[in-house]
Amino acid sequence: MSSIEVIDERCVGCELCIKACLYDAIEMRDGIAVIKDNCTLCGACVDACKFDAIILRTEHREVDAGDGEHRGVWIIAEQRGGELHGVSYELLGKGRELADELGVPLSAVLLGSGVEPLARNLVERGADVVHVVDDPALEHYADEPYSNAIADLVEKGHPEIVLTGATSIGRSLIPRVAVQIRTGLTADCTGLAIDDDERCLLQTRPAFGGNIMATIVCPNHRPQMATVRHKVMTSLEPEPGRVGRIVLETIEPGRLESRTEFVEFVKDLTQTVNIADADVIVSGGRGLGGPERFSMIEDLAGAVGGAVGASRAAVDAGWIPYSHQVGQTGKTVQPRLYIACGISGAVQHLAGMQSSKTIVAINKDADAPIFKHATYGIVGDLFEIVPALTKRLKAELS
Amino acid sequence: MSVFLTEEQQMLKELCAQIAREKILPIREALDESGEFPWEVVKVLAASDIYGVYIPEEYGGFGGGVTEMCIATEELSRVCGGITLAFAASALGAHPILLFGSDEQKKKYLTPIAAGEKLAAFALTEANAGSDAGAIETTALPDGDHYVLNGTKQWITNGGEAEVYTVVVRTKKGTGIRGISCLIVEKGTPGFDFGKKENKMGIRASTTRELVFQDCRVPKENLLGREGMGFLIAMRTFDMSRPGVAAQALGIAQGALDEAVKYAREREQFGQPIASFQGMQFMLADMATQIEAARALVYHAAAVVDSGEKNVSKISAMAKLFASDVAMRVTTDAVQVLGGYGYMKEYPVEKMMRDAKITQIYEGTNQIQRTIIASQVIKESAAKERRG
Amino acid sequence: MRDSGVAMKIVVLIKQVPDTTEVRIDPETNTLIREGVPSIINPFDTYAIEEALRLRERAGEGEVVVMSMGPPQVETALREALALGVDSAFLLTDRAFAGADTWATSMTLAAGIRKLGDVDVVLCGKQAIDGDTAQVGPGVACLLDIPQVAYVRKIDVDGGEALAERMMDDGYDIVRAKLPCLFTVVKEINEPRLPSLKGKMKARKAEITMWGAADLDVDPAQIGLDGSPTRVIRIFSPEQRSAGEMLEGEPDETVPALVSRILPVLKGEA
Repeated sequence: MSSIEVIDERCVGCELCIKACLYDAIEMRDGIAVIKDNCTLCGACVDACKFDAIILRTEHREVDAGDGEHRGVWIIAEQRGGELHGVSYELLGKGRELADELGVPLSAVLLGSGVEPLARNLVERGADVVHVVDDPALEHYADEPYSNAIADLVEKGHPEIVLTGATSIGRSLIPRVAVQIRTGLTADCTGLAIDDDERCLLQTRPAFGGNIMATIVCPNHRPQMATVRHKVMTSLEPEPGRVGRIVLETIEPGRLESRTEFVEFVKDLTQTVNIADADVIVSGGRGLGGPERFSMIEDLAGAVGGAVGASRAAVDAGWIPYSHQVGQTGKTVQPRLYIACGISGAVQHLAGMQSSKTIVAINKDADAPIFKHATYGIVGDLFEIVPALTKRLKAELS
Repeated sequence: MSVFLTEEQQMLKELCAQIAREKILPIREALDESGEFPWEVVKVLAASDIYGVYIPEEYGGFGGGVTEMCIATEELSRVCGGITLAFAASALGAHPILLFGSDEQKKKYLTPIAAGEKLAAFALTEANAGSDAGAIETTALPDGDHYVLNGTKQWITNGGEAEVYTVVVRTKKGTGIRGISCLIVEKGTPGFDFGKKENKMGIRASTTRELVFQDCRVPKENLLGREGMGFLIAMRTFDMSRPGVAAQALGIAQGALDEAVKYAREREQFGQPIASFQGMQFMLADMATQIEAARALVYHAAAVVDSGEKNVSKISAMAKLFASDVAMRVTTDAVQVLGGYGYMKEYPVEKMMRDAKITQIYEGTNQIQRTIIASQVIKESAAKERRG
Repeated sequence: MRDSGVAMKIVVLIKQVPDTTEVRIDPETNTLIREGVPSIINPFDTYAIEEALRLRERAGEGEVVVMSMGPPQVETALREALALGVDSAFLLTDRAFAGADTWATSMTLAAGIRKLGDVDVVLCGKQAIDGDTAQVGPGVACLLDIPQVAYVRKIDVDGGEALAERMMDDGYDIVRAKLPCLFTVVKEINEPRLPSLKGKMKARKAEITMWGAADLDVDPAQIGLDGSPTRVIRIFSPEQRSAGEMLEGEPDETVPALVSRILPVLKGEA
């Protein structure tokens, strides 16, 4: 069993460890740090201590990984109704980079019914191999058959890395795969890199509502699995005529059985907005004061050809539907231009938009945290500035 | 807080604070503007067992007393004194039944009131009978198995929304106070109608209406106690409910102070937060001290009432008098602290000032409270002399 | 599979998390300010608890059990759930469980549910606001060898089957699932109730069953930090963007200044 302890003689009582602890699991007793029951063994204090006074002992098991048997980078492509989800190309973009560094091929997995033609697109975007399972049982997404199929392919092909899109489907599907093949999975990675010494994948992701970043590894299990959100990585330009191998795989029919059954899809017009794809987003927050004021945001969005976003405060207040919410519990967006109006910039909101290329903030509170993250900021009255901005932009862009 | 609460009372306080924060805070501004009745909050309070907080367990209540009623009222009033009346005014209307009802009457009416299924309202005031409660003119003359009611009640809180009304009526003409009785009248009884909704300065989320009785026949079994007890019932009811009004005033004052302090810390003028200026600090100190004194008096009064003490008129009146005056002073000062922003409806303190005013007026004006206190004080002095 | 004549047993998996909406960064040291940050039931889990209570109400009968893995202080979260009307609470607590990643957590929770037995429905919130992985629900379903439907905004149970609405980006799928099944729920599913006084009183005195590693049928090598395939090797503060430009002046000055700066971005030239 792993354990953590404080070397009393080395502890000087500086309390740096307490500051680093995310779980409030360290307290000072008689000037020495004491680790409490609720410690999660994350090791943040070990890093923070300048006096090497905290030791984290972990039990290393024999590595059955990096053993030369697991090779290759795989990405799980996502399709719905015969259309590939953009994240698939982004995974290929990053996957290509990782595969090149490791000196291994990049493969894609494609599941569905009548989807074989899509394999070409994946090759054009960087895949060396596409494993296709084309079966009527896979016509509509279902967790069991999809996860079983991928698990079987992975057992057969033993890649060292598997990347999946962190979409509604991906996040439901891939944990089931990871558990089946008994390996580690890291969600919502914003950074993926190779540690050459260990030949392992360094997976970096936000945690604590985006308040901190964590780098995670999966040292003793293969493949190393990670999910990545849409619009975080970059896809490669399509290369028509690029050469790649398309393999039609078969899965044992028993594995494609499902205890859930797709009945029908209901299109919900109130949720047709997918702001995650927009290049320009204009968002409104608590500072708007009411639902009617969103028309001002809509006007500005219209003027710049952008989508309307919202902070959690505005959505919770019922001023605009949840599908417009940007943030930790809403959508992650990465537009070229993000204009935040009347949004204070709470960390949860920032978590959803801080990767935007250019951020503009307009708020009457000069101390609003969003200004620390904005490329351009204006402190002032929304109701004066936004309409004026709209008018001028309309004139300039027409 | 200067008051020491039991674990159960602490639980009640936290629950009411949660309800106030999650369900009342988001809607208080809109309801103050529209004057709509807060039925959504009624549902939440009912589901959380708040309506029965002062009602005995045998009727489905929590079994608490005036102290528990004050804790709930104060906590809810910190966020909105008007919406809180949907609870507090129902408690007022229920008390005559609680104090003087027969077992059947208590079972029939207190059970749905405790569950928040039916709201109650107390009806005493008339156009010509405010402070002079003995001058009421609404008659309820006996006719066989019924009383026939004729007359109009004015400014009844929860009027039109409540189902159960405890109405103070004249059952014998021309005999002064001794001819007054108290009847339970249910909404929907033929001949019982409601007048227009009043357009008030404050507590606008509370509904205030006229009750109009025209040959309204009410069964004799709805009489509380005996004929002629009406005035006594009203006075005893007020003894119990005055700490509640005081708690409402206290809550409003605390809410106003909290806003004022927060603002003073954030607002900067002349290069520093205004909370660093001594003039501002003295104001905040005085506000806080007055509130603390009011709190001590309110919960002391509640404890005295709950102890079963017979004569609680003086302490009850003192709590109501003091807390309401404090609320008016504190809310006015809170508007002053916020300055220009305080005057704007966008900020909550001007509403709190408007809400506070009524606490100096209803359930006995503060002038009547002083009369009550003085008469008790004088009686006590005389009694002491007699005992030697 | 249970007889449809027997009342439904629903397990809700909850997690106690720090309220990340209250967490602030100390501007000087760039570290988290953890003091005074309250511990709460993961907000998405409150929707799961509410849905479990509603399923029981709609069926007219049934048992709702809440279960969590964590240190002893998680008891307060379980009591909050009991105050809402949950029938019983189980805490999986042991030093051996500490440091678990989502795999080891799924392992432990699955073992807990197996020990409970006869479970018809497992409900979870879609994700926890501290880890944000959304992995434990599907992981538990896989280990229990039961089907799952994630991101559900409506559930109707009838006999041994459920009809669920699974949210997608542009609408929702209607999915039929055989019970026992695990569902992860989203906020659109319901409006959680507030506790009642009577509920809080009952919860205060209620007994919470605690199970440690020895009580569960689970491989000690697959729980806690030792059982976690993934390991955190570094924690750091997110990169701060370098200070941007504040535009000063009246709107008739700042608006043109802003426009001149963002026009190139809009036209795709920047």
